[in-house]
Amino acid sequence: MIYLDYSATTPVVPEVLETFCKTTKNYIGNPNSLHKLGMESRHLMDTATQQVADLFGVKKEEIIFTSSASEANNTALLGVVESYPKRNKKIVTTKLEHSSVLETVSYLEKKGYEVGYVKILKNGQVDLDDLQRLLKEDPVLVSIGWINSEVGIIQDMKAITNLVKQYPKTLLHVDGTQIVGKVPITLDGIDLFSCSAHKFFGLKGIGCLIKKEKVELEPLIHGGKSQTIYRSGTPALALIVSFAKALRLALTDLDQKYHYVQKLNQFLKEELKKHSYIVINSDDTCSPYIISISIPNIKPETMLHALDEKEVYISTKTACAKDTSRSLTLETLQKAKEITTSSLRISLSYITTEEELQQFLKILKECYHALNLRKEEY
Amino acid sequence: MERVILIKYGELTTKKGNRNFFVRTLYENIKHKLKDCHVTISKDISRMYIEFEESELSKVLDGINHVFGIHMYHVAYKIPTDLETMKEEIVKILKREKFKTFKVETKRSDKNFPVKTLEMNPLLGSHILKNINDIKVDVHNPDILVRLEIRENYSYFYIQYYYGLGGYPVGTQPRGMLMLSGGIDSPVAGFLALKRGIKIEAVYFEALPHTSLEARNKVMELSKKLVNYTDEIKLHVVPFTKIQETIYKEVPSNYCITIMRRMMYRIMEQLARKRKAFAIINGESIGQVASQTLTSMYVINQVTNMPVIRPVACLDKLEIIDIAKKIDTYDISILPYEDCCTIFVPKHPVINPNLEDAIKFEKKFNFEKLIEETVDQTQVISITDQKTCDYQELL
Repeated sequence: MIYLDYSATTPVVPEVLETFCKTTKNYIGNPNSLHKLGMESRHLMDTATQQVADLFGVKKEEIIFTSSASEANNTALLGVVESYPKRNKKIVTTKLEHSSVLETVSYLEKKGYEVGYVKILKNGQVDLDDLQRLLKEDPVLVSIGWINSEVGIIQDMKAITNLVKQYPKTLLHVDGTQIVGKVPITLDGIDLFSCSAHKFFGLKGIGCLIKKEKVELEPLIHGGKSQTIYRSGTPALALIVSFAKALRLALTDLDQKYHYVQKLNQFLKEELKKHSYIVINSDDTCSPYIISISIPNIKPETMLHALDEKEVYISTKTACAKDTSRSLTLETLQKAKEITTSSLRISLSYITTEEELQQFLKILKECYHALNLRKEEY
Repeated sequence: MERVILIKYGELTTKKGNRNFFVRTLYENIKHKLKDCHVTISKDISRMYIEFEESELSKVLDGINHVFGIHMYHVAYKIPTDLETMKEEIVKILKREKFKTFKVETKRSDKNFPVKTLEMNPLLGSHILKNINDIKVDVHNPDILVRLEIRENYSYFYIQYYYGLGGYPVGTQPRGMLMLSGGIDSPVAGFLALKRGIKIEAVYFEALPHTSLEARNKVMELSKKLVNYTDEIKLHVVPFTKIQETIYKEVPSNYCITIMRRMMYRIMEQLARKRKAFAIINGESIGQVASQTLTSMYVINQVTNMPVIRPVACLDKLEIIDIAKKIDTYDISILPYEDCCTIFVPKHPVINPNLEDAIKFEKKFNFEKLIEETVDQTQVISITDQKTCDYQELL
């Protein structure tokens, strides 16, 4: 098996799973119970939350655990607009966002919010002049993903935070799902930040929203005190503890892992370039963890299934997008139709090996010729 | 250019014969706080020098900011003691700063250095003027004060200064026992006692099941905040239930608090003797509640000859809160758990208790025996400033 779909999800590392199992077995109390068992659970939860806060460089009270990054994104967007009803009913985002941001924004549009999509430059970067133009209208919220999940474009967050900072009536939400555990970051100047454990070798079912202290937020799920008042439901202690562990492990030797993946990325791109039928959509400024390619003659689903048969696993664009016929990200980058309708995403991790990539390249080539040949027969 | 932290002792320098002891204690305390950093610490009669790795600067400063006995410190550039090198390096560094006016102050500890102090100031000043545009000398109110300490081999140049916590190094006084309740005042009292060099141990009166384990947890969290300013705090957990219930049963309700405080002081004294401590410290503030009026203090204090230090006695609540916020205990203190001082509170506690009455009420039960039992059953929890994780395996 060759797994190259780490941006869709990662396998869980054994230590994290062990943490989950041990916590589930040994800490049966509800962290909000007043008895000893409850207190033991609460103490463990507090310690785990503090560890997450320390790793992100924020305060413990700023951590809100959710079920997923999608829930974190929904909570951030819906919660903020509800908390600031007197501010301008305008939201700014980009067309490069994950569907959990774009769909929520569309929902708000139906509810009467005006949505401004920032212009994206040809290289995928947010057009800062256009962002400034939109900011002048004092939108209540700007939501921009740090790394686009399909092509891997990394936004210049320092420039964006510096710009948004100048508008005190605008909050900045950043979807950091594809950056945590991959690139070192600082959350200075960011008001709300989402991420999810299963993208950095943690378990599925736990995400996190970081909400800076001064930001007000109306919860999506009401019900009073839980891990925080911003998200009710009995705290998922074992998932929370496993999140803390996964994050710590992911951030250990991050620089080394990054450089290793960068090398893999260069190798893969060099090899892909040797095939004239492949167009590489991710340039060298993109995240090394994601490589988007297009094979114009071949339907991406067909290629995916052909690879699937050989136990090679990649994605057509992102796993979450609803409309599968074309890539909105590539369209936004003003790519030609044959590119936007034939894109595939290969995503790497620090456990990917060069041998796997060699094997993948060989199979990709075989599949291409097999599929292309069939096509000519018609 | 290599930088070092230069520490000035402040009040310690008034300690004549004991000075070595004070400096040595400070040195040990700094060494302890920075043991996870890659530093080399050296000391002489007036200064301490910390060589550090640039990447760890903020960690090192954080450590220093939690050590009492430091009056002021600088992050200084270490330059070889050579006139031309110093002139050149100082200009190079100053070019990065924004300022309009400056003043040069030189100190020459190395008396072999050829240029005398009074000649050095204008010499360096004119060199700076020549090499940086649009600046002037202002000896009265300069934007930046350029300071150079000329020593043998290496000299130290700095423009920024930072205030340390002041006070005396913890451990230069013997032990004191702090009554730590979980409220806002007592952690602040503990902090101020540490500031004068007292090594504190904390005492928490617990009345399970009337108080909760969460209340104890809160006191542990407060101790963890205080331990940042020292190396270890022993937390004595006194099982106070029996005494409190007896008081509630036997004593007229308006005298319950007075008698309870007298019992606490007696226990404090016994624990202090056991732990070879020389003072009781608490967060009483004059007039704040019924048990903290001067007459109450007088009646309560009769049970012990041991000095009772009340660091916040004369502070307003808001002044206490300011300190609590600074030392990060405020948010923990305001968590709403009952402690032994908030349960069994009578509607009208006596504001001006009478000593004879208090003694009379106490005769109704055999408190000596109860106190002896309670002291015997007191548990000790050690709280250290080690950042070890309780859940190493899980996290």
